[in-house]
Amino acid sequence: MIINDFVIKFANVNGSGSASANALFAKAIFRMGVPVAPKNIFPSNIQGLPTWFECRVNGNGYLGRRDGIDIMVAMNPQSWDEDIKAILPGGYLLYDSTFIREIDRDDIKTIGVPLTQLCNERFTIPRERQLFKNVAYVGALTALLDMDFDIIKGMISEQFRGKDKLIAPNIDALEIGRNYALKYFDCPLDVRVETSDAVGDQILIEGNAAAGLGCVFAGATVAAWYPITPSTSVAEAFENYCHKLRIDEETGKKKFAIVQAEDELAAIGMVIGANWNGARAFTATSGPGISLMSEFLGLAYFAEVPAVLFNIQRGGPSTGMPTRTQQSDITACAYASHGDTKHILIFPSDPTECFDFAIEAFDLAERLQTPVIIMSDLDLGMNEWTTKPFQIDESKGFDRGKVLDAEQLDEVERFGRYLDVDGDGIPYRTYPGTHPEKGAFFTRGTSHNEYAGYTEDGSVNVRIMERLVHKFNTAKELVPGPVFGQDKQGSTLGLLYFGTTAISIPEAMEMLDEHGLKIDTMRIRAFPFSREVEDFINSHEKVFLVEQNRDAQLRSLLVNECEIDPARIVPILNYDGFPITAKCIVDLISEALEGNAKKTGSDSVAAE
Amino acid sequence: MSYIAKPKFHHPNLPRNELGLTRRDYEGAMSTLCAGCGHDSVSAAIVEACFELNLPAHKLAKMSGIGCSSKTPTYFLSKSHGFNSVHGRMPSVATGANLANNELKYIGVSGDGDTASIGFGQFAHAVRRQVDMLYIVENNGTYGLTKGQFSATNDRVSLGRKGQKNAFDSIDLAAIAIQLGASFVGRGFSGDKEQLVPMIKAALSHKGFAFIDVISPCVTFNNHNGSTKSFEFFRDNERSITATDYIAPRETITADYKEGSVIDVTLHDSSTVRLRKLDANYDPSDSAAALQHIMKHEELGEVATGLLYLNVEDTELKEKMDIVNVPLNSLGVTELRPDSNKLESINKSLR
Repeated sequence: MIINDFVIKFANVNGSGSASANALFAKAIFRMGVPVAPKNIFPSNIQGLPTWFECRVNGNGYLGRRDGIDIMVAMNPQSWDEDIKAILPGGYLLYDSTFIREIDRDDIKTIGVPLTQLCNERFTIPRERQLFKNVAYVGALTALLDMDFDIIKGMISEQFRGKDKLIAPNIDALEIGRNYALKYFDCPLDVRVETSDAVGDQILIEGNAAAGLGCVFAGATVAAWYPITPSTSVAEAFENYCHKLRIDEETGKKKFAIVQAEDELAAIGMVIGANWNGARAFTATSGPGISLMSEFLGLAYFAEVPAVLFNIQRGGPSTGMPTRTQQSDITACAYASHGDTKHILIFPSDPTECFDFAIEAFDLAERLQTPVIIMSDLDLGMNEWTTKPFQIDESKGFDRGKVLDAEQLDEVERFGRYLDVDGDGIPYRTYPGTHPEKGAFFTRGTSHNEYAGYTEDGSVNVRIMERLVHKFNTAKELVPGPVFGQDKQGSTLGLLYFGTTAISIPEAMEMLDEHGLKIDTMRIRAFPFSREVEDFINSHEKVFLVEQNRDAQLRSLLVNECEIDPARIVPILNYDGFPITAKCIVDLISEALEGNAKKTGSDSVAAE
Repeated sequence: MSYIAKPKFHHPNLPRNELGLTRRDYEGAMSTLCAGCGHDSVSAAIVEACFELNLPAHKLAKMSGIGCSSKTPTYFLSKSHGFNSVHGRMPSVATGANLANNELKYIGVSGDGDTASIGFGQFAHAVRRQVDMLYIVENNGTYGLTKGQFSATNDRVSLGRKGQKNAFDSIDLAAIAIQLGASFVGRGFSGDKEQLVPMIKAALSHKGFAFIDVISPCVTFNNHNGSTKSFEFFRDNERSITATDYIAPRETITADYKEGSVIDVTLHDSSTVRLRKLDANYDPSDSAAALQHIMKHEELGEVATGLLYLNVEDTELKEKMDIVNVPLNSLGVTELRPDSNKLESINKSLR
């Protein structure tokens, strides 16, 4: 019997109303205290194409994507053959038996529920007949998987509070499916869900919603954005939370401004204009948007204007796979824009970090007076994750960085906007309108001296460019440092990873452990890299670097920026658009080690 | 060259405005434009307007893109913050700045390349959003810094310096601004300070998007015979539709014009714009009529100038967006960050 450890996949038609039923199913399991990882695998389409909802249920909290489907709910004739193939031997197929279909596998168990027939009998309106089929299969699953029916009924009542008329038909639909399963099948199956306390106080939320909420708590007041999958929900979440948390009680007016810009160039322009003027402003975009924003990013870097960007990465290049995930904008973001430019990147691994890093990004952007790009991805942004609850430190205010007010300006003999007064490479700035006589300066992307005056003197330009390097070095100490996994058992092998790969690492480590391989791990959380990153690479004979892109982009960045031997870093790459699995990581590491063993004729690199 | 500081000393008896400031206090660095450039006259008109309006310079911000015109904000109002952004993108930077703090006045200076070509989209959307700013285009029909290519405002009949023909019709930015819904649209000539200064004063007192297309000849690349943006052509073919007088809030209005030809419009700061209609049929509150006049004069080979369109009924960006009256950049952690109880209840809703 398998308890709390399976992958269930729902194959649906896009636009058929399946999303809310599937989400209900996942949340019900979460409410039973069992960790879940739902993932939407959706097309770039509004209606008609196949779409899937894949949900991993794992009592140990291993929530990275896993290949192989234990239970397939096949509701889409278009993808039927493909869906049947995906089921693991011994797995289950739940399908709508109103229609006769050929099932050419004898190594799987089939559960036919006449969903269309049942819903046609019960409901009269065509739209209801369609929608409630989805709810009915969730009802059947509650019986088949032994789910707590009161929990799911309670969720229906919560969801339709205020629209009470909808509660009864939804519960009816659940019961139609549930009763049919109870009557005709031996419920529960040998795969089932059991109430657990593994979820603890965790929450279930999408990374983009967490990022939007983080911006509210970070004090962001201006958001400018242009719609692009998979980032759109960052701006939408910010707007929703602002409506709840940022309406002025006295006047009913907004303590925020959200502009849906005419394009990404305008979006980043507005963000730069607002930050220049002392408001915390951000944009959310994806790869193509970053390409468009590049010229402005160079301006913000050189003119030293703070800006916060969320890049919810998707499959590239070009329009690429807009509804699939990748980590393939690293080089494009690190060096976005012409000339010598570098930007601060932060890599969140879960929604809790999307929230925390949103707050931290504004502090960093203002402290360092430069753009900060938060490198999320579609998997993190658009899927609900089981994640730690949000917390804020109320004793900490916002770090607005080095900004002189009128009184401070009175004390300054001559204000130099680009003067390194403190020796950390970070100059002082002023907001427009601060002082009638002092502190005004001209912000420009042309070469300038320490007093913001235009100059064509090459030596002055060199001085400013070198200070910017100095500032970037200061940033190394301020950005989120790496996180070391496992106790440091001093293996000769190291494993580096970042972003959403993290979710698959504990499981991969366990699998490697079963192979007798001990590997030290480190999760990189930011660029520029701190000294610890360089030390980790230099202290291991071989370091595997897991990335979800083709060109090992983070490896390029490490080789470019650190004093390390490139040969030590072995790329472990997955870029098919699906989140990387633990098995993929383990297989590629094993292959790499075997390849090495063949080459050297020894297995000395494998640590004991 | 702009890094050569202008001498600070000046005549001790220079006239002072209500803030006790002289015109010199509103000036900027030395211009690096060609001698005789129309743009320098526009800078001078801005200085004059700000001086006469008694504006504190630090409560103004100067925004620009790239090009000769976009360089000019260095040459006026040195006590104001300035932002020389990227080519064609000043409107978005100004929009963001405006959202952060709408208590400042924003003067955007752009050129015909910056606005009518590379930045046409951003210009259109800044107008559509009714960003509260004065947007001046110093329009010379040519790309000066790259040595004289045609711009999109160069008239089809207007020849290049070496007699080259222009294959395409020009974009009339004033007409476009009216169509897009700008609430204040004027056209001036850099050589006509009498017309330009009151128009800038009125535009700075207007709440909403104020657009002034200033024909500002390029003395180096587009001031020859055959050009329709030369000083000579313009002096011969300018047709002023309205003459503008600006009357400050507390000044008394003396009616010294012929009955029926004068329209007084009260602006948002209760100052008054007095329009003397030079064409009896002209109605500056009617956008369709304004467009018709512009096009009619264009057909005659003339350029309609003056305050072409004025709408004091429309609201500006921050009102449209229903944003609090205080500048967003003045809100601190207590006003912006919900407490941890709120966060805890959000956590709860996600379980």
